[in-house]
Amino acid sequence: MTQGFVITANALIKGDVVWLTPTGTLTRKLEEAEVFTSRDRAEAALAATSTRNAELVGCYVADARLTSVGPAPAHFREGFRARGPSNYPHGKQAETGTDSHVSLY
Amino acid sequence: MYRYTDFDNAFLAERNRQFRAQVARRIDGSLTEEEFRPLRLMNGLYLQLHAYMLRVAIPYGTLNATQLRKLAEISERWDKGYGHFTTRQNIQFNWPILTDVPDMLDALAEVGLHAIQTSGNTIRNVTSDHFAGAAGDEIADPRPYAELIRQWSTDHPEFQFLPRKFKIAVTGSPNDRVVTRAHDIGLRMVLRDAEPGFEVIVGGGLGRTPMIGKVIRDFLPVADLLPYLEAVVATYNLLGRRDNKYKARIKITVHENGIDQVRDLVEARFAEIAPLFDPTATKAALARLDEMFTPPALSPRDSTLFEATRTRDPVFRAFADTNLTPHRVAGHAIVTISLKAHGATPGDATAEQMRVVADLAQSYGQGEIRVSHMQNLVLPHVALDDLPEIHAILRAHGLSTANVGLASDIIACPGMDYCALATARSIPVATQIATLVAAFELDHEIGPVQIKISGCINACGHHHVGHIGILGLDRAGVENYQITLGGSATEDARVGERMGPGFAYDQIVPAIERLLLAYLDLREGPAETFEQAVQRAGLEPFRAALYEKGARDAA
Ligand code: HEM
Ligand code: SF4
Repeated sequence: MTQGFVITANALIKGDVVWLTPTGTLTRKLEEAEVFTSRDRAEAALAATSTRNAELVGCYVADARLTSVGPAPAHFREGFRARGPSNYPHGKQAETGTDSHVSLY
Repeated sequence: MYRYTDFDNAFLAERNRQFRAQVARRIDGSLTEEEFRPLRLMNGLYLQLHAYMLRVAIPYGTLNATQLRKLAEISERWDKGYGHFTTRQNIQFNWPILTDVPDMLDALAEVGLHAIQTSGNTIRNVTSDHFAGAAGDEIADPRPYAELIRQWSTDHPEFQFLPRKFKIAVTGSPNDRVVTRAHDIGLRMVLRDAEPGFEVIVGGGLGRTPMIGKVIRDFLPVADLLPYLEAVVATYNLLGRRDNKYKARIKITVHENGIDQVRDLVEARFAEIAPLFDPTATKAALARLDEMFTPPALSPRDSTLFEATRTRDPVFRAFADTNLTPHRVAGHAIVTISLKAHGATPGDATAEQMRVVADLAQSYGQGEIRVSHMQNLVLPHVALDDLPEIHAILRAHGLSTANVGLASDIIACPGMDYCALATARSIPVATQIATLVAAFELDHEIGPVQIKISGCINACGHHHVGHIGILGLDRAGVENYQITLGGSATEDARVGERMGPGFAYDQIVPAIERLLLAYLDLREGPAETFEQAVQRAGLEPFRAALYEKGARDAA
C-alpha cells in the first residue's frame, strides 16, 4: 500500500477539519486533498500553510494511504476526523455523505 | 439558589464584552492562535476533533428550570439540539461555531450562567454534592461554601496562571458523593464540638499519575475557609512545577515535597494572610448565602398512591427501587433521572429532554435540578405521591431508565469520537456494554457496580476509581483497552489495579461480560456487591475469568 502525506487543520470559524488541495485551496473532503509522497515536501507545504493564521488552526502533516479514489486515512484518528463521531450521524458524514454507516440512538 | 447581584451581572456582561472583542480580533487577524488560545480556554472554548466545544459551568451542580430551558434553547439555536453533561458538573456543547460563541455566552448570562474558568490553568468549576439540601445524612448544605469559593476564585488575579488546572470539590455529608479524594482540594464537612468545619484534603487527582488526596488539615473552622484555600493555592503557585506539565498538578507537588512540608508551608502562609481576611465578613457573607440556599419548606406527606403504584406496576417498582434516594422529609424522595438509556451516549440529553426535566422540576420539584458527577440529572425535592405521574412523563421521553448505580449507569468521557487528546473511543464501548447488559437483563441481577471509561490517560472518565475501570489506548495504531479493578470513588477512595494485557476494540465488551459473569459465580449471595466480592476474593479469580480463553491480544 502506498503511503503519502496530507496537510490538515481545523477551519478557524467553523472549527471543522480541512485539507490542503493541489491548487492551494482548502477542502472539506479528504479525497480532494493533495497527497505528498515525500515527507520533506509535505513539511515544506506545512510551513507555508501554517502561516494562514486567519483561516486555520493547528496545521499538521497527517499520514494517508493512497487508494484508487484518492487519499484515505492511515490512522483511525484521521478516520474520525474525516468522517465525524460514531455515536451520531453528525459532522462530515452528514454534510458530505461520505459514510452514513453510524448507529443512531 | 444564588441570586446574582448587580455586581455579578455587570462583571459577567463586561467579561462577555471582552471575549466578543477578543473573538473579533482573532478573526480580523490581530490575534494569532497562540495569543487567542489561552483567552478562549479561560472562557471554556476548546477546539476538538470536528468542531469547537463550549464547556459551561453548572456551579455546584445546581440549576433552576429557567436555566435548564436556556441550555435547551442554546443547544437548538447554536448547536445540534443536545448537550453533554460531564463528571465535573459542566455541560458541553460539541458543535458551536466561533462567531456564535459570544452570542451563546450572552444567552447564558441572561440566566446567570457562564463558561468562565471551565478550562485553562485556573481554579475550575467548584463541584458539590448533587443531593445537597435534600440528603438525610447532610451536616450542612455545602453550596453556600461552594458559592463563596466561586466568588473568591473567579478572576482571582493571583490564580489565573497556575502551574496547572485546579479542581475543588465540597461535600456537606460524611458520605462522599463528590470524590473529594480525587481533587486538588477536597473539602469534607465534619463536626467538632457541634461546630461545623472542613476536613481539608489535598493532592488527589487522576490522570497519568493517579493519587488519592491526603489530609492536610483535619479541622478547618468555616470562617477560615478562604484564607486557608488562598494559602494552599498560593503555596502551590510558588512550589508547583512549571517545567513539565505532566508533573505540574498539586498531587505531584505534594508527592515530591511530602504532605508534612506542604502543610508547614501552607500553615506559615495562612498565618501571614489570615489577618488580611475578615472572619466576621466571611461569616456575614455565608449567612447571606445560607439564606439563598434555604431548602424548600416541605411538610411530611402521605405516600399511599406511591405505595399502591409500586405494588401494582413492576416497571414503576424497578424505577422506584433503583432511582430514588431517601429525602430528609417524610413522604419525599430525591429522584435521579438516568441519562444512560441502554445504548445511548452517557450524559447526553436532547433539548426536548432538558425541557421535560425543567417542566417536571417546575411542576413537582420546587424548580430545582441537579447535575451529578455520574452524568445524570436529579430532581432533589419530589413528593412520593407525585412520582407515578412524573414517571409516566419521564417514560414518554426516554428518561425513565431504571439503572442508577447499576452496570449500565456508565461514566464515559467523549473519547476519540470528539476529543482531540483521545487515544481510543469510549462512547461506543459504554453503549455496547449497556446494550449487552440490557439484552441479558443483567442490571438488577448484578446490582450496584460502577464502570468508568476514559479514552486516554488523562482519565476524564474517572476509570481509576471505577469498580471496573476501562482505559482506551492506542497500541501501534489500533485501539486497545486496559482494565482496572478494585477502584472506589467514595470516602474510602482507592485507585484500581491493572488486570493485565489490554483488549482490542472488539474484545473489550466480551471481556467485561466475563468479569460480570465471574462476579455472579463468585459472590457469596446477592447481598455481596461487586465491589465487596473483589475486596473479599481478590483480583485473581477475576483475572482468571478475564484471560481464560486467550481472548486477549498481546499489548
Ligand atoms: C473533550 C475535551 C476535554 C479535554 C481536552 C480534556 C482534557 C483533560 C486533561 C488534559 C486532563 C488531565 C489533567 C492533568 O492530569 O493534568 C483531564 C482531566 C480530567 N477531565 Fe478532562 N478533558 C476533556 C473533557 C472532559 C469531560 C467531557 C469530562 C467529564 C466527563 C472531563 C473531566 C475530567 C476529569 C474529572 C479529570 C480528572 C482527572 C484529574 O483532573 O485529576 N474532561 N482532562
Ligand atoms: S480522558 Fe482523554 S479522551 Fe477522554 S475526554 Fe479526557 S482527554 Fe479526552
